[in-house]
Amino acid sequence: MTEQVLDAGDGHAPAVNSRRRTTLRPRRPKSKLASSFQTPLWHRVAERTIAVLALAAIAAIALIFVFIAREAVPMFWEVEFAEEVELRDLFLAKEWKGYDEPVFIWQPVGEPAKFNVVPLFVGSLKVTFLAMLMSVPLGIGCAMFIALYAPRAVREIVKPAIELLAGIPSVVLGFFALMVLASWAQAAFGFHFRLNAVVAAIGLALTIVPVIFTIAEDAIQSVPQTLTEAALALGARKYQVALRVVLPAALPGIAAGVVLGFGRAIGETMIVLMASGNAAIMEVFDFTTSVRTVTATIAAELGEVAQGDPHWRVLFLLGVMLFGVTFVLNIVGDLAIRRLQKKLTAES
Amino acid sequence: MRHTKKDWLLAGLTGLSLAVILLLLAVLLGQIIWHGAPVISAEFLTEKPGADMISGGIWPAIYGTVFMTLLMTLAGVPVGIATAIFLNEYASPRSRIAKVVRLAVNNLAGVPSIVFGLFGLGFFIIFVGGSIDSLLYDDPTPVWGKPSILWASLTLAVLTLPVVIVTTEEALRTVPRELRDASLALGATRFQTVYKIVLPNAKGGILTGVILAVSRGAGEVAPIIFCGAANFLPYLPTDLRDMFMHLGYHVYALATQSPNVDAAQPTLFGTVLVLLVLTFSLNLLAVIIRARSRAALRP
Repeated sequence: MTEQVLDAGDGHAPAVNSRRRTTLRPRRPKSKLASSFQTPLWHRVAERTIAVLALAAIAAIALIFVFIAREAVPMFWEVEFAEEVELRDLFLAKEWKGYDEPVFIWQPVGEPAKFNVVPLFVGSLKVTFLAMLMSVPLGIGCAMFIALYAPRAVREIVKPAIELLAGIPSVVLGFFALMVLASWAQAAFGFHFRLNAVVAAIGLALTIVPVIFTIAEDAIQSVPQTLTEAALALGARKYQVALRVVLPAALPGIAAGVVLGFGRAIGETMIVLMASGNAAIMEVFDFTTSVRTVTATIAAELGEVAQGDPHWRVLFLLGVMLFGVTFVLNIVGDLAIRRLQKKLTAES
Repeated sequence: MRHTKKDWLLAGLTGLSLAVILLLLAVLLGQIIWHGAPVISAEFLTEKPGADMISGGIWPAIYGTVFMTLLMTLAGVPVGIATAIFLNEYASPRSRIAKVVRLAVNNLAGVPSIVFGLFGLGFFIIFVGGSIDSLLYDDPTPVWGKPSILWASLTLAVLTLPVVIVTTEEALRTVPRELRDASLALGATRFQTVYKIVLPNAKGGILTGVILAVSRGAGEVAPIIFCGAANFLPYLPTDLRDMFMHLGYHVYALATQSPNVDAAQPTLFGTVLVLLVLTFSLNLLAVIIRARSRAALRP
């Protein structure tokens, strides 16, 4: 070893897990030969740096929450905000002047400005629901085909192809939905609005299918061979094994994939921003109208708002709510995956 | 094994869903290559855009994307690798700190990209940049506290952090336990084992993860909309505090805000193709390195 010769007692306690080593080892005499066995200083510095940097992810989550909330919460005490917006109008319907019934309206440039977030969340849920309706069967179907039926050669081609799909930037998918799919869908279904919830949902589905596929395929592959073999030995047909043994055993994993896919869909921005038409219409059941989602609203409007404006605060509040929703979804998905692992290790 | 009708039905239905996805992928790539390839020329790649954003080339957008991606890599990758080393080599998997870090990483991976944009604006630009400005300058015009390539890169570095961590951890896990045990038994310290044994053996896998993260970051647009991407900027960023053009943002701006989308269409398809080639070649590189490092690990 040719590292720098250093004194052991320089006050730097080695970081992480190495404390035991130093306490057990007797202090060596200060000869050049012996001390060359000491840990060089930079090793200890590096170990400590690693331990500190490992906290970055925790710090990031905390900072994200704190600094988005910091721009939103002054709305609860600021006079300028109270003068322009009533807090309950953010969530409840109101009978605005000129309307004959209470309505939910998002109209930030109107006079007076109307900041009801309900239409935006309805828009987000609508597009997400449609996208899930397409991508859950497609994703699970692909995963089952690959895990149960596909010959090896097909698998070797399909898995990289789906990885390729997952690697396409969402702005490209949004562009594809806007330029190509929208026109085709209008020609095929005669949509009144060229850009609408259906077109955006198809674009979204393209990003969610890889998520569901990857997790579902993992879950199906990790079902122990012994289960399927036992079922086959008992005389079950292959489709019976697939539907009644493999699928139920892999269900928590598949559910996790669906939950994480849902989280991805509701947080996706560029595709809905480009392909959904962005009209904040409060229309729950008609999927052929154009919609405005939470994410697209933030992306489209924040650039034009002055810092500290009531509109600015409401947009950051939308961000906080979005963060909260995906945070919960992630924890649920995580728990489902962990439960699956526990279940399968207990069974095999 | 005998196949019944129901077997064929299930295989057919699941196979059909695969066919639908592959068909959509093929149509997408086909359309972009078909319309985009004729636009690509030396001038398109190396010239600055004209004032109408449609004529001329997209060189500033290519340059900005690559520059931003490099900065993002420099800032994010070392932190990601350090976290993965900590989780896999130092912390015991059952320890509370490892569990909390894992939970944070998983959650970070699920935070919507637009929320990262709000974070970049609220934290980096307003808080960090604003604080630097108020400390250094009396002048109220912002120097650091405004959108710039630096803040956009740092925001994306945070966004790509979980990708780096997860893939690096996977790579570290493929290094056989025996190698570590042998090294420790010979008297090497834990750090020497990590540095001289584990990292060299996991090199390929870590590189794969880094490249995948870089490719993900290069294509993200939502986080940089407010953090530094410029609509039209015919000069190249020379300073960290400059704004910059970005291929993905250019596509978004041109497709949604251009007064004449039909005229912009060829430029758009060309730009999309360049962006796709950039991200796909990174992905392809990752796949090749992964295949090689797997082959090398096999006895």
